[in-house]
Amino acid sequence: MDFSSIDPISLIVSLMIAATPILLAGLGELVVEKSGVLNLGVEGMMIIGAIAGFAMAVETENPYLGMLAAMGAGAVLALLFGILTQFLLSNQVATGLALTLFGLGLAALLGHSYTGIKPPSVDKLNISFLTDIPVLGRILFNHDAVVYFSIFMVFVLWWFLNRSRAGLVLRAVGESHDAAHSLGYNVLLIRMLAIMFGGAMAGLGGAYFSLIRVPQWTEGMTAGAGWIALALVVFSSWKPGRLLIGAYLFGGISVLEINLQIVGVGISPAYLKMTPYLVTIIVLVIMSSDRRRASLNAPASLGRSFHASH
Amino acid sequence: MRLIKTMAAGALALGLATAAQAQDPYKVGFIYVGPIGDLGWSYQHDLGRQAVQEHFGDAVETSYVESVPEGADAERVITQMARSGVDMIFTTSFGYMDATINVAEEFPNVRFEHATGYRVADNVSTYSARFYEGRHVIGLIAGRMTETNTVGYIASFPIPEVIRGINAAYLAAKSVNPEVEFKVVWVFTWFDPGKEAEAANALIDQGADVIMQHTDSPAAMTIAEERGVMAFGQASNMANFGPTAQLTSIMDDWDPYYIARVQAGIDGSWVSTETWDGIGPGMVAFAPFNESLPAEVVAEAEAARDAIAAGTMHPFTGPINRQDGSPWLAAGEVADDGTLATMDFYVEGVTGDIPQ
Amino acid sequence: MIRLERRKAPSIQMLWLTPILAVLLTMFFGGILFALLGKDPVAAIHMIFIEPFTDSYSQRQLMIKGGPLILIAVGLSLGFKAGVWNIGAEGQFIMGAIGGGAVGLALYGTPGIWVLPLMATAGALSGFAWAMIPAFLRVKFNANEILVSLMLVYVAENFLRAMVTGVLKNPDGRGFPESRSLADYASAEMPMLIKSAGLNVGGLVALGAVVAAYALLARHRLGYQIKLTGQAPRAARFSGVNPGFIVAAALGISGALAGVAGLFELVGPAGKLTTNFPLGYGFTAIIVAFLGRLHPVGILLAGILMAATYVGGETVQFQLQVPAAAIRVFQGMLLFFLLAVDVLVAYRIVRKKEAK
Repeated sequence: MDFSSIDPISLIVSLMIAATPILLAGLGELVVEKSGVLNLGVEGMMIIGAIAGFAMAVETENPYLGMLAAMGAGAVLALLFGILTQFLLSNQVATGLALTLFGLGLAALLGHSYTGIKPPSVDKLNISFLTDIPVLGRILFNHDAVVYFSIFMVFVLWWFLNRSRAGLVLRAVGESHDAAHSLGYNVLLIRMLAIMFGGAMAGLGGAYFSLIRVPQWTEGMTAGAGWIALALVVFSSWKPGRLLIGAYLFGGISVLEINLQIVGVGISPAYLKMTPYLVTIIVLVIMSSDRRRASLNAPASLGRSFHASH
Repeated sequence: MRLIKTMAAGALALGLATAAQAQDPYKVGFIYVGPIGDLGWSYQHDLGRQAVQEHFGDAVETSYVESVPEGADAERVITQMARSGVDMIFTTSFGYMDATINVAEEFPNVRFEHATGYRVADNVSTYSARFYEGRHVIGLIAGRMTETNTVGYIASFPIPEVIRGINAAYLAAKSVNPEVEFKVVWVFTWFDPGKEAEAANALIDQGADVIMQHTDSPAAMTIAEERGVMAFGQASNMANFGPTAQLTSIMDDWDPYYIARVQAGIDGSWVSTETWDGIGPGMVAFAPFNESLPAEVVAEAEAARDAIAAGTMHPFTGPINRQDGSPWLAAGEVADDGTLATMDFYVEGVTGDIPQ
Repeated sequence: MIRLERRKAPSIQMLWLTPILAVLLTMFFGGILFALLGKDPVAAIHMIFIEPFTDSYSQRQLMIKGGPLILIAVGLSLGFKAGVWNIGAEGQFIMGAIGGGAVGLALYGTPGIWVLPLMATAGALSGFAWAMIPAFLRVKFNANEILVSLMLVYVAENFLRAMVTGVLKNPDGRGFPESRSLADYASAEMPMLIKSAGLNVGGLVALGAVVAAYALLARHRLGYQIKLTGQAPRAARFSGVNPGFIVAAALGISGALAGVAGLFELVGPAGKLTTNFPLGYGFTAIIVAFLGRLHPVGILLAGILMAATYVGGETVQFQLQVPAAAIRVFQGMLLFFLLAVDVLVAYRIVRKKEAK
């Protein structure tokens, strides 16, 4: 057992890459839930983003156009969810699940002719003198644009939710949609916008898999990342900063698990593979059990349908 | 559309399936475990199907179903294929074994060819390729070309075939480079580009500069290309994904075997056999060697390949010990097929444990 | 201006009409989907929705495939009615198969009519125990059971891998990661009761569960408490219902039923434990539960319908070379449409004149 062969810097670089998709999807879902809506369809939106992004990137030979397409596709799928839950008042849990199933199937169908194709590659930032800084160089200055975007969005969303008027309105809608409605705010519109934003972010997260992380298209390639993102939102107590930590923690465990397998820790790989999920449960329990803190941050209207009656 | 009409006709004439052979085209069906677009295992089988179609022209009609999960669903799909009047069915994955045997019992007039399995019946044959012969050749190249003396191996499931491959590659690499070390990651899947990419990255992070895989997608090759290390393709030529990275690829060439079996089926000379062919009969082939390889490395690899094909050299020739040090093969002794088929141990020098 | 106006009471007509409407909408839009794929839409829809009921082989498969779905869905529906969301039925299904299977493997070869019931009980207990984890964590720590039960699915999948490569591996299986074949163990085999209808013991238990759930909800105090907790949680608490107990009961029952379903699938269609054992039934059962409007009889019908889409879907895959994924799109669409038209039950569409 030779732990010295695990290079901590490579580990950190790898975990940032592993964490980015769930961070993106998690941030999107955070906004959605802050507005009072529970969208369980994150996995479906991510995989649709993965195929849409891949297809567009291959067709236009431009990965960034692919990413835009992925955001659009995620938003469109989320729109479907929005119409069903906000206008047709369907059960949010069931609709979210239906979205996941539909999304997975549709993506597989659309992606059928794209299996085995190589997408245009995405460049990593590589300013030579910055990257050569020992330790921090590779960790901070050698990533692709999406990683930086995801971290940027953490700050943007923190500012949006805590310092901007629009964010305040969003939170008001999430806390009490009836009160917000009587104050004259268009609850449905605000929620629809939040839902579509969530879809766009999830779509981008999915595209990260197919365009950068693997990069290739395969059926079901998100492999449960959407569900992890949902868990992350809960144990971040709906705070963007905490979400970043949670995503990196989860990414770190996933990457560490493979490295431990190579080092020969002696625990069967199957048990090692369980660790990210077990840790997620444990952290979830810890965060939820503090009832005071949890209830202060969970939007009070989360999951309840809003129907204006006048 | 013609295929559908003929299939429908076959379904209606279920009871006359045997009579259909005389005038109608001989129908051959293929069941794939992955998508034909995997550019790996299933892709190569489909090339075999296409070769059959081309060779026999109108005398045969081929069809396929892809991405059939191993297990109960497979039995249903194979049954449907048999019911629709197909005369010969190729089930191309180990996990279809029980399903194939069960359906074969229900349809004694249909012939079945099961890849990489070990159960046979009067109307079921098995076939597999001696991939370990290919592993020996790439092991030699890996041993010569590695500069960090670390080879990364992405393994799928702890089954004899995979363990054989690791052992063969390791023995060959070590014979030309005593310092070489193999690091193995078990991903528990045949085809999952995400996991394969993850494994490749982790192995490279831990110092591997040559990547070998026993999984089906080109993901590891893509990562190898991206990170500037060397790799070997698996099942098909993956140079498209790794123009600089790919040193060569072990390629499965099912064409000759498939054509021969279909011919036997048409002639009526088909009997149940267990085939295990290697480089000699052409079942295991290699992609063109990368131009960057030094001439003497290529010469050594080609010499080994030819010796194996001629039967003058066997990748598992003693003296070889098991991982725990106990002797396995004495000097000059060659491993027998039986031990190879059930291989569940690493040879001496391979570090790590086989998942138990 | 089209608005939704709440009905005074839910419309009974719509309750029955909406599922039919949803199916028709799915047929229509699904047909368009197939046309866009370049396949004959009428033939495809016919194969998916009609043929499974008319073709004799497919008819038998309906209950074989539908049994586990119905069994799991009945359990899930009790929870959903109470606002307890067990999304991890797939994990409970797997653990049930492992638990019950382990008992069967331990007793391997011992004859006795008590073997199968013992295995089924072990399966139920295993599923129950696995579901108790999210139940406990929710009651004690307020942890969201959706996420905990879902994470446990992944844990269960990996546990299965660990078991079939280790403790439960077939010692005579040449090192392949699978258990002994329970199909060869006569006392563990699932007897087929009515062959023409595909009704085996699993199917019978599923029907029994439907009846039991109906009785529970209609007559039993627990059923009343479940309904009350779902519709008016505060009123339920005031009237003395222990919310923790309801959570535990709901998760426990659904876990046990999912576990039994897993065991039946193991001794029935699957035959042995492999890494490919999980088939997604735990998730499909969620759709079945909603399609059946969380009502036991509705679930029975919905389960058969869903089984038809599976069976028909396989036919379409084979006959029309449509990818397997197309069927999942269908199933998702079915649920979508049902959720969409569901609004007509509680609300009516009216036109209102806007005052300017």
